Amino acid sequence: MNVHRSPASALWRRLRRNRLALGGGVMIGVLLIVAALAPYLAPYDPAHQSLADKLAGPTARHLLGTDEFGRDVLSRLIFGSRVELAVGVASVLVGLALGTALGTIAAYWGGIADELTMRALDVLLAFPYLLLAILVVSVLGANVRSTILAVGLWATPGFARVIRGLVLLVAGQEYVDASRAIGARTARIILRHVLPNCVSVLIVYAALYMANAILLEAALSFLGLGVQPPAASWGVMISTGRDYLLEAPHIATFAGLAIAFTVLGFNLFADGLRDALDTKAAL
Amino acid sequence: MTRFLVRRVVAAIPIMLGVVFIVMGTMDVIPGDPAAMMLGQGATQDMVTRLRAELGLDRPLAVRYVDYLGRLLRGDLGRSIVDGRPVSEEIRQAWTATLELGAAALVLTVLGGVTIGVLAAHRQDSVFDGASRVLALVGLSMPVFWTGIVFILVFSLELRWLPSGGRGAWPHLVLPAVTLAIPSTATIARVTRSAMLGVLHEDYVRTAYAKGARDAAVLFHHALRNALIPVVTVLGLQLGQLLGGAILTETVFSWPGVGRLLVQAISSRDYILVEGGVLLLAATFVVTNLAVDVAYAYLDPRVVYR
Repeated sequence: MNVHRSPASALWRRLRRNRLALGGGVMIGVLLIVAALAPYLAPYDPAHQSLADKLAGPTARHLLGTDEFGRDVLSRLIFGSRVELAVGVASVLVGLALGTALGTIAAYWGGIADELTMRALDVLLAFPYLLLAILVVSVLGANVRSTILAVGLWATPGFARVIRGLVLLVAGQEYVDASRAIGARTARIILRHVLPNCVSVLIVYAALYMANAILLEAALSFLGLGVQPPAASWGVMISTGRDYLLEAPHIATFAGLAIAFTVLGFNLFADGLRDALDTKAAL
Repeated sequence: MTRFLVRRVVAAIPIMLGVVFIVMGTMDVIPGDPAAMMLGQGATQDMVTRLRAELGLDRPLAVRYVDYLGRLLRGDLGRSIVDGRPVSEEIRQAWTATLELGAAALVLTVLGGVTIGVLAAHRQDSVFDGASRVLALVGLSMPVFWTGIVFILVFSLELRWLPSGGRGAWPHLVLPAVTLAIPSTATIARVTRSAMLGVLHEDYVRTAYAKGARDAAVLFHHALRNALIPVVTVLGLQLGQLLGGAILTETVFSWPGVGRLLVQAISSRDYILVEGGVLLLAATFVVTNLAVDVAYAYLDPRVVYR
């Protein structure tokens, strides 16, 4: 007897066998828990200043030391995870939404719409990494909202190309012809048939872009063009830690480790998931 | 081949036009009047209006776009708002510094990435393979500006082996170039490994071994050449990463390149300089990608260019 398995459960079975992906998943899980329970896990208020303790190295009272205002580095890292995840998720969603719209339009209508969209995206891709984000931020001002938009715009051409390829692939399938034959409207075909069949590949890309979105956000914040102090962004912490490198190297070191841990988690997860799906998605 | 090149160059033109349009349009919507900013706080409305007319800011966007293109073709990028010097002059020196850093990082990326990838594929599933795969992912996950700071901490402040910043004799280049090269090296190692795995089971590789060729000869002569196409494609994309990463690396190591100039120009709101720097980096990316296309022709004689 043939047992019916949903694509999701088949994927999960394969994923379970890939230890690296599982490790990445666990790292992401840890991060989500830390972000969710931040007020309970953080030993101190991340904004509480104690100038008497400033720039102190790791001790029993402050496990990861304190920063230039005597704030607890561990607590700031814990609360910073919320900033990183929120900015990462929001910007990937912006990129995904814009990319899906453009990619679907290009693939489904073809012809001039396709040509125009893809050439416009080529122009965006002609800006080296970080440069487009810098442009966006210089127009909109340095704050969380423009960081999200900048990172999302950076991710858009990649998503659009992937979606376009997927839609072209799926749109040629028989079940799409079948639903068109029974009179389904284009929007319905795209939403009900085409996009759901692209979901698993999109998850791989979303994880990959999540990793890179967090790196990009950290880079912008490091340059002073992203999340602004006193918010506990990890990029901001590295930037200020750089000014106290001699007296307090722990600030920049631990903030960087937090970024590397997070990005590695998403990279491992995406990599393993890609193997499990056996797609040749490359970034 | 010549026709292919001409076609590629022609295809790059609309892209550059688009880039110029985006950069110019961006600078146009930036809050604040460049003329008022150039004149400073003591300026009267009359002075601002006069300077706006002088700079051509009072004309419609389309007219200014065409005018700007004409000036670009003559190598005129305008004058810095802050010190009034021609932008092209300020950028020229910075650009050679960026190219020096980028070229050094590129050489490290190609040598390191390809070698690691080939060896990992050769010993698939060995300890070296496993370690290099994990290390590659770690390399991709570390922010370059943080790696740079850690390098300064260890090699400059603690061990005192290498200078922590500035441009000078070759020791100055070591830390920034290695920092910048790490993520790209990781990417190239990954791509080379998978491309090599794709060709190592081909008949011609077995034939080469059967003829008694040595490992190194088979790997680097027979297999690698056939595996290079995807590597070169990704290398083209990595050039953008290197140019963007240079902005961060230059800032960390006080390397006097276009990236650092750009960051300084943004904080001093010198939009004319920002415009020039962004255009130059984007143009460098487009031109180097053309070079990558030429490399295809050299690597793969099967590709027919029409």
